Amino acid sequence: MLKYLVGRLAGILPVLLVISVFVFGFVHLLPGDPARLVAGTDATQQDVELVRQDLGLDQPLWVQYGRFLGNAVQGEFGRSMKSKRPVSQEIGERFLPTLYLTVVAMVWATLAGLLIGVASATKRGRWQDHVGMIVAVSGIAFPSFWLGLLMIDLFSVKLGWLPTSGYGTWQHYVMPSLTLGLGVAAVMARFTRSAFIEIAREDYVRTARAKGVPARLVVWKHTLRNALIPIITMVGLQFGFLLGGSIVVETVFSWPGLGRLLVDSVNYRDYTVIQAEILLFSLEFIIINLLVDVLYAFANPEIRYS
Amino acid sequence: MSGAAAMRAVDTAPALLSVEGLSVAFDGEHGPVRVVDDVSFTVAPGETVAIVGESGSGKSVTSLSLMRLVDYAGGRIVGGRIRFKGRDGRERDLATPPAEALTDMRGNDIAMVFQEPMTSLNPVFTIGDQIAEAVMLHQGLDRKAARAEALRMLEKVRIPEPARLLDRHPHQLSGGMRQRVMIAMALSCKPSLLIADEPTTALDVTIQAQILRLIRLLQDEMGMGVIFITHDMGVVAEVADRVVVMWRGRKVEEGTVERIFQAPQHPYTKALLSAVPKLGALRGQDLPVRFPLLVVDEAKTEAAPPAPPPVQDTVRAADAPLLEVRDLTTRFDVRKGIFGSLKARVHAVEKVSFAVRPGETLALVGESGCGKSTTGRTIMGLQSATSGTIRFDGLDTATLDSNGQAKLKEKIQYIFQDPFASLNPRMTVGFSVAEPMLVHDYAPASRPGLSRRRAIEERVAELLTQVGLKPEHARRYPHEFSGGQRQRICIARAIACDPKLIIADEAVAALDVSIQAQIVNLLMELQARRGLSYLFISHDMAVVERVSHRVAVMYLGQIVELGPRRAVFENPQHPYTRRLMAAVPIADPSRRTRDLRLLTGEIPSPIRSIGDEPLVQPLVPVGDDHFVARHAVGGDF
Repeated sequence: MLKYLVGRLAGILPVLLVISVFVFGFVHLLPGDPARLVAGTDATQQDVELVRQDLGLDQPLWVQYGRFLGNAVQGEFGRSMKSKRPVSQEIGERFLPTLYLTVVAMVWATLAGLLIGVASATKRGRWQDHVGMIVAVSGIAFPSFWLGLLMIDLFSVKLGWLPTSGYGTWQHYVMPSLTLGLGVAAVMARFTRSAFIEIAREDYVRTARAKGVPARLVVWKHTLRNALIPIITMVGLQFGFLLGGSIVVETVFSWPGLGRLLVDSVNYRDYTVIQAEILLFSLEFIIINLLVDVLYAFANPEIRYS
Repeated sequence: MSGAAAMRAVDTAPALLSVEGLSVAFDGEHGPVRVVDDVSFTVAPGETVAIVGESGSGKSVTSLSLMRLVDYAGGRIVGGRIRFKGRDGRERDLATPPAEALTDMRGNDIAMVFQEPMTSLNPVFTIGDQIAEAVMLHQGLDRKAARAEALRMLEKVRIPEPARLLDRHPHQLSGGMRQRVMIAMALSCKPSLLIADEPTTALDVTIQAQILRLIRLLQDEMGMGVIFITHDMGVVAEVADRVVVMWRGRKVEEGTVERIFQAPQHPYTKALLSAVPKLGALRGQDLPVRFPLLVVDEAKTEAAPPAPPPVQDTVRAADAPLLEVRDLTTRFDVRKGIFGSLKARVHAVEKVSFAVRPGETLALVGESGCGKSTTGRTIMGLQSATSGTIRFDGLDTATLDSNGQAKLKEKIQYIFQDPFASLNPRMTVGFSVAEPMLVHDYAPASRPGLSRRRAIEERVAELLTQVGLKPEHARRYPHEFSGGQRQRICIARAIACDPKLIIADEAVAALDVSIQAQIVNLLMELQARRGLSYLFISHDMAVVERVSHRVAVMYLGQIVELGPRRAVFENPQHPYTRRLMAAVPIADPSRRTRDLRLLTGEIPSPIRSIGDEPLVQPLVPVGDDHFVARHAVGGDF
């Protein structure tokens, strides 16, 4: 198991290296002169050249790349072209709100999706199944900005229970995490249901019944343990997407997250921030993938031993 | 029925289980469908009752109903009683309470072993936990005591090194081992009734013999009643005291095993017995002979009398061999780790040599992993050979250009085991049969002035008729046909381009016995009519005895015995051939092996480490055209 982990971790390095080349290259392939952008539209040609030298943009590409990589390893991505603050600081203070919100949303959405999915699967074709799936389809179809606005109207404006926007106390988390998690919960419910129905047909579930295992354990032990394998994949994928930050939810609730930073930086062509963001998102997906694979190995003995 | 004559001491004993008028229905598209209709039988303590029948007979549904597992599979009991006497002497009707109310009885008083050992164990739990679960549930033991009991059960089913097995997962075990684990699990609470649903169907014959003996031995030790569900009359003759024959959801006959085999009453039983391949049926006969098939005619109560089966005298011995395989070797590399370094090799086929003459059937027999299918696939070009030569029609296939290769594929055709998987479900049957002709640009002989399209259509109609189907079937899709009909379609496709050689890889293994006999007869009829040669790959010795002119026995990638069918079957020289034959259950209760000694041993693996080459030496002649390996193959013999 340890050997497997070390092997997987070692496998990350070349992937990251390749990504860094792409990230570095992409900025240089974009139209527009970054030095001109930093110096501002009113700057003279001389000012632009000074900025170019200052940022090292006049050096050969491989020198630039070397420096970029060296700095990136230390978490140093230069300064934002827009705010002039260090990129690491800019991203650092946006990352945690997004991470917290994502974790809260994922936890409730996964649990709710699992429960609805299992309930639908075990009551397949009966009213519980139909209700569960109607809720799930609505969850996928319902636009999150609309849900967010409705909730603000009800809980903040009419009832005054929750703050309309911002970040800080647990009350601030309630509406954004509900809005963010709804789609995930709906997808999880549908996915769990189909995984469950498939596994309930397996011979070993019949064996469990033939042993006299009560229905409750057949579902929550024999079936669920096997259904976990596809469910883990799904949770990992969803988690990765949410970690990128949700532009809609963050805008509706004025949540200081990565999603809005990404939109702002793209609009402003704030290329140092974009670079750091791409690297961060890639790293997030790689780490989540690794976690998923490790969880797989725990859930599935066949992977553990091969 | 001569029920009175069949009465025996065991019948008069108080019944353990008494099924009365059981009917089970499933919901179909047009309302409920009765798949079991008014079935009654009894089982006494210590007795073995076999329920036999073919697919769709309702035998498996009957067995699932006894423990009410059928309720979880979409069925429900619509009539009858299942009276079962528990250990406390109290009698209960299992047909009435809700299925969930019977969990205390399942696995405790009645236990079940299923057909598929590969999928019947939960892949995520250890063997020890899976056996211990039942013990903890029913006997209230704690985890530690339950594990100790699990270990005792594994010893009881004669698993080598049982302590090490407790913490293993199912995928680390062979099929035979998994079935032992299933039996250990089933017997862990000492049930008074064991239901075994085709427990050996998925296993190799030598492993099947082990499992059958094990069940009988444990039955004697524990005195339980056993219900054995099977389609295999050989297994019935081997294990049963009494037999219940089922056909289309009904019980058509019941009696002692001797009576059923010696004096079957119902036409279906007679037809079923006539279709069963019996090892030794062609003793004293040089040439293969078709099955003397009885056909159950629903209109008449009596089965139609069989026509005398023709002798298969089709070998053109004077002609040059059609296929010559010389020192054929096929190996697969086993690579592991990030860099895929070579760790071991699968020695699937090792220096195999044989020839097939025009009009001849050569059977390649052996158990799983012996290399018989790889040999077929290599000849077909689906797998590249490591070394050796394959000559077809006098030409070395390795020297052929791409054109010649294509021509070769036209003249050698393959029929696979699974007729459900080998037809494209989205294509019409007509297209599937026509496809080889289109691919190979084959022009069927036709009347002048006929377009190529029309000519091929006529040819498809003609082919379907030849294999016993109707021309209008060409427009239908595979799902509209039964397994036997699909195999007929596959045969029509195989003969479309007038091939010279057909490689039939377990072509009848997945079929019911009566269908199997029909397909074997069809293959033999086509051989007589078209002078085809067959390479008949099979694990079933009794079928091989029916169809083949010569037989090659494979073991661990090598041919250990090769000779005329009669010589190999009546005078087997290699110990493995003898073991294989001894393991085949004989469909004749009077020849039942009363030897209760336990058989053990696994089928050895053809995987060897690098540099550890197996010993291969030429076969030694022992008779006319009869050769045998005298060197140690795999060290076993």
